[in-house]
Amino acid sequence: MSERFDLCVIGCGVVGLAILRRLAMSGLKCVALEKGADILSGASKGNSALLHTGFDAPPKSLELVCMQAGHAEYLDIRHKLNLPLLETSAIVAAWSDEELAKLDAIEQKALTNGVKDVKRLTQTELRIREPQLAKAALGGLLVPGEHVIDPWSAPLAYAHQALAHGAKIMRNAEVTSAEFKTGVWHLTTAQGPIAARVVINAAGLYGDHVEALAHEASFKIKPRKGQFVVFDKPAAKLLRAILLPVPTERTKGVVLFRTIFGNLAIGPTAEETDERENAKTDTGTLEKLKARAIQMLPALESINVTAIYAGLRPATEQSDYIINALKDENWITVAGIRSTGLTGALGIAQHVTKLYAKHFGKLPKKLPTPIWTSVPNLAEHMIRPYMKGGEILCHCEWVTRGEIEAATQGPLPAGDLGGLKRRTRAMMGRCQGFYCAAHLTKAFEKARHGTS
Amino acid sequence: MEHHDVVVIGGGPAGLTTAWELSKRGMKDVVVLEREAEAGGIPRHCGHKGFAPFKSFGLMTGPNLARHLRGETKALDIRTSTTVLEFTIRDTLRLHSAKGIAEMSAGKIILATGTRESSRAARLIGGNKIAGVMNTGELQQRVYLNGERPFKRPVIIGSEWVSYSTLLTCRHLQVKPVLMLEEESQHAAPSIFRWGARLLGTRPVRYAKLIAIHGSKSVESVEVEMNGKRKHVECDAVVLTGKHRSEDALYSNGYLEREGPAPRVTDKFTTSRPNIFAVGNVLGHLETAGDCMKRARELAAVLTS
Repeated sequence: MSERFDLCVIGCGVVGLAILRRLAMSGLKCVALEKGADILSGASKGNSALLHTGFDAPPKSLELVCMQAGHAEYLDIRHKLNLPLLETSAIVAAWSDEELAKLDAIEQKALTNGVKDVKRLTQTELRIREPQLAKAALGGLLVPGEHVIDPWSAPLAYAHQALAHGAKIMRNAEVTSAEFKTGVWHLTTAQGPIAARVVINAAGLYGDHVEALAHEASFKIKPRKGQFVVFDKPAAKLLRAILLPVPTERTKGVVLFRTIFGNLAIGPTAEETDERENAKTDTGTLEKLKARAIQMLPALESINVTAIYAGLRPATEQSDYIINALKDENWITVAGIRSTGLTGALGIAQHVTKLYAKHFGKLPKKLPTPIWTSVPNLAEHMIRPYMKGGEILCHCEWVTRGEIEAATQGPLPAGDLGGLKRRTRAMMGRCQGFYCAAHLTKAFEKARHGTS
Repeated sequence: MEHHDVVVIGGGPAGLTTAWELSKRGMKDVVVLEREAEAGGIPRHCGHKGFAPFKSFGLMTGPNLARHLRGETKALDIRTSTTVLEFTIRDTLRLHSAKGIAEMSAGKIILATGTRESSRAARLIGGNKIAGVMNTGELQQRVYLNGERPFKRPVIIGSEWVSYSTLLTCRHLQVKPVLMLEEESQHAAPSIFRWGARLLGTRPVRYAKLIAIHGSKSVESVEVEMNGKRKHVECDAVVLTGKHRSEDALYSNGYLEREGPAPRVTDKFTTSRPNIFAVGNVLGHLETAGDCMKRARELAAVLTS
């Protein structure tokens, strides 16, 4: 006999977890299924961790609506969930007269999109703000509302709040079949059968595969790969704002940005790929990214590379998000959530909740009192656990034994080493495990299983 | 604020020897700060023989050398599990220990933080990000400290001294590397090691370059370029050896002036700040533990003359 739910979300990326959170907080009995060993093991694992205003999004798009609602809700709830915000602002920098000429249109689009606080910067103003920037920068457009956030703690916090509201999260639970019978979906998963009245497909990079389990998919996921190069900590002092390029017809271009963990990174590239998981980096592209970063910020020349990674965005053939409710099938599709998903997630959840209420029955009249669950802080600019003592196990990122142990406990313990890294920053620093990997993995296994 | 005449940062061969030699020469107020739970540095996990810092001892294993150094310095103030987080703007040290954060000032500071091998990321080696890619440092801790058997068919990148240390670790595991790649045209280690490698059944391949590492969960193959041709070699791990760089976390923010990737020092070990000295492998040239100890004795002589 399978457990019966009001709602089943397929996919525990940032989008699935934000949806799970909002619907669980609306009083529905919810479950979320994740194919990977831990949450955030697909597209949400590698992105640029920016909180966007939507100033350059397509006007009137659903993407823009969700991003702006998501941006606002993040700022509204972040203190209650202990989520950080690095208030960097962004600058669209022009490096040629041709690019300079395009700033007018970008400014106009920002105003159309309701982002009213943008401001043009002359070359002098740009140099005063960013003295380390290469002299070739001619001017820019300041977007004060663009910020840097923690790409992993935010969705982890959404998951924890959903759990506190009674939701269930099942990992290693790939869905292999779906059958709709007398108003109920019966799903076969690697963890056993699940029955739910409504299914929400938030399967990201596998969105089309999951859709095909239920009916013919109206879209195809065309993964777009983005490679990144992360520089060591001293680099973060070289730049204040997120440095955005002027987009060309062909590409949005690569961004230079500080990370919430105190580093500086460049990326992403935009490459069509068939890969759906564990995207490959390649030396040639990484070398080009590094060179481009040094070209923009010459002082980077003497700073080491700390990390390299590649992320995958679940793009489709359509330019906007695909969010549809199939009324007769008790099914909501949430697909094509590309690079803006981290910003858009909370807004997407609001939109999906409206679709649910419209098509699949009213939400409970009396909403449960919200329970606020806080997550440990990983942001470099805020108070971190090592400051209170403890034993440091990861010397580059100053991660304590207490943090490693905490990550293996609670209602959503790290499911694998990647999950541990995303919950603690351990092994993500400049030595990449030279000093710490051996004893850290041992401490992790011991904390998980009580043995070494 | 706690103050000491001399604070040594790093309890490896260079740091411990400096402190030991200073105390022998009559300096009483010397403190060694070591971030690991045990002093001794890198030799702690080089489980094979090959260390010969003292003529009378012959060839020692790394752990024996580390134990010997700890024994000699037993009476000194060596604080383990103590991390120097940074130099403050007041030229003091910000420290972390189990009790929390504290500040310490010092008449003289000896930087002996050593060196580490370049990571995969620093080498910009592409492919899948998967388990089974490690430096010699991680490998030897897994093998000699944890008692693990991390692989059966590794590929070793590099042919520096440390690469042969990796080979000895493989022999300890009774594992035969499937390939040893040298990226430069000349081997960095003396020819005796090359012959040693052959005796161990591995021959370094010259003019070869590691292009990418592939696998779904852990390493399944590497893509290498040899004589202009690319080929895939099946393996279950990649050990990236050598290309050491100075452990620069404390001065990479510009606190000390640099010369290349290491702090600039005079022939008297003085850095760009007159009260800060640097010794051992933090200076960027990879030297044996014995040579680091020799330099440390020279530094102690300079400081007490």
